[in-house]
Amino acid sequence: MTRLTLFNKTSLILGFAFLYIPIIILIVFSFNESKLVTVWGGFSTKWYGELMSNQGIKDAAWVTLKVAFTSSTIATFLGTIAGLVMAKFGRFRGRTLFSGMIYAPMVMPEVIIGLSLLLMFVALSIDRGVMTVTLAHITFSMCYVAVVVQSRMSSYDDSINEAALDLGCTPFKTFILITLPIIMPAVISGWLLSFTLSLDDLVIASFTSGPGSTTLPMKIYSMVRLGVTPEINAVSTILVGLVALGVVAGSFIGKKQKIN
Amino acid sequence: MKNLRKIINGRAAVIGIPYLWLLALFFFPFLIVLKISFAEPIIAIPPYTSLLEWGDSFWPTIKASLDSYLFLLDDSLYINAYLSSLKIATISTLIALVIGYAIAYSIAKAPTRWRGILLMLVILPFWTSFLIRVYAWIGILKTEGLLNLLLISLGVIDKPLTIMNTDLAVYIGIVYSYLPFMILPLYANLEKMDFSLLEAAADLGCRPFKAFWTVTIPLSLPGILAGCFLVFIPAVGEFVIPDLLGGTQTLMIGKVLWMEFFSNRDWPVASAVAIILLAILVVPIMYYQKSQEKAIS
Repeated sequence: MTRLTLFNKTSLILGFAFLYIPIIILIVFSFNESKLVTVWGGFSTKWYGELMSNQGIKDAAWVTLKVAFTSSTIATFLGTIAGLVMAKFGRFRGRTLFSGMIYAPMVMPEVIIGLSLLLMFVALSIDRGVMTVTLAHITFSMCYVAVVVQSRMSSYDDSINEAALDLGCTPFKTFILITLPIIMPAVISGWLLSFTLSLDDLVIASFTSGPGSTTLPMKIYSMVRLGVTPEINAVSTILVGLVALGVVAGSFIGKKQKIN
Repeated sequence: MKNLRKIINGRAAVIGIPYLWLLALFFFPFLIVLKISFAEPIIAIPPYTSLLEWGDSFWPTIKASLDSYLFLLDDSLYINAYLSSLKIATISTLIALVIGYAIAYSIAKAPTRWRGILLMLVILPFWTSFLIRVYAWIGILKTEGLLNLLLISLGVIDKPLTIMNTDLAVYIGIVYSYLPFMILPLYANLEKMDFSLLEAAADLGCRPFKAFWTVTIPLSLPGILAGCFLVFIPAVGEFVIPDLLGGTQTLMIGKVLWMEFFSNRDWPVASAVAIILLAILVVPIMYYQKSQEKAIS
């Protein structure tokens, strides 16, 4: 066991300070009485109250939750299959293109993905709305699920599946009864990842949404462009809190599964 | 024999479902962008000409125009935007690498019981909304913001610094937003490193800094490359950060594409901007894909 040097300690403290101070400031100023974001005017929760009476934000939050829930569920289904194919199906015709289509969306600039989807929807004269945003979110989220599942599957012991198949179990039943329960933590974290990705997305949603399907990030973005207000801090704090809860819950599920 | 055929059919169906989805919603849209980049803008819905024109004859005539590409080459705005995006992304990636390496290395050296918590502290901002994290910096960096208030009250400066709406703010924003993407692959790599190699080097009289340079860095090269690609590729086409933190003189191609599409409504030019950006990024993307596949299997 090596000991932490002064350099290690300093870089950890400074590094985490850099990562967290902006978020902490954001949260603190959401409880500020004053309308000025930089002047402390006393503790107050009035901005949360104001948030509750803002119909635009509530509508946008509802659209976002609907999109996030649907897209992450379908993306988990498609992504799990894709991860399985990547990890266990060996070579097949078109594999290079397949893995390219899995890895590229994760790094490709969002403006390109958003523009290309939008142009396709227009070319096929599909009306833009909640449906098109959901389709777009499924497409990039499933790639993240695929990679999470793939890395779990690559350390998966095939002999359990072979045992089930030898005993007369069908491949589909083997997958449902044997494989799926074992890789469940990866599938769940894939779902959580998809959910937060969908919750966070601004650029792709801006391209693919239509009238009546303004998502929460789009609403926040239009508010930010008008200026910094404690109300944005309040809605951000709620989102940060939800994500933190999700991450902690997710890692808890993972730990419990490991112990079992 | 019948059973085998069943398994093979099932196999094709299993591959087919995600494959067709990605072909239809990822690959096919690019062909449409490519097609529209050769069209001409017109005032209509949709606002571009069609490539095929059916006249009297049975075969359509192809009307492809290179105007959009020539327009991009002609106007120095676009070339400068590409170059400045590459410059901003490169510098930000290098800064993120230095900071990220120090953090990842220190986490890898921390006692095992701490590592889980430290790693979770890195992942938490990674899952938090990008937009919110960029927004958080506006209140800190602006002229009457918290950083200037702090520096003035400490007596470091007399007049507020102008950071907001400059390239510096964009650098801070990119490094901050993408830092977890750098730390995670670096940590995954450094965690597996055998630190007794450094002790061996020290026993043989190698100084710590030299040992770090000749042992640790080469061994962590796959992590360094993965982290750099994860930051560099999306940073080149970044829109939110230059839009919210950068000023009017901050040129980045993601912002140009957005403006071309939403403000100027010139879809063929926006498509051509996207196609050239893709052409610049296709090599790093393929390299990243190869290295990731190798790392997983």
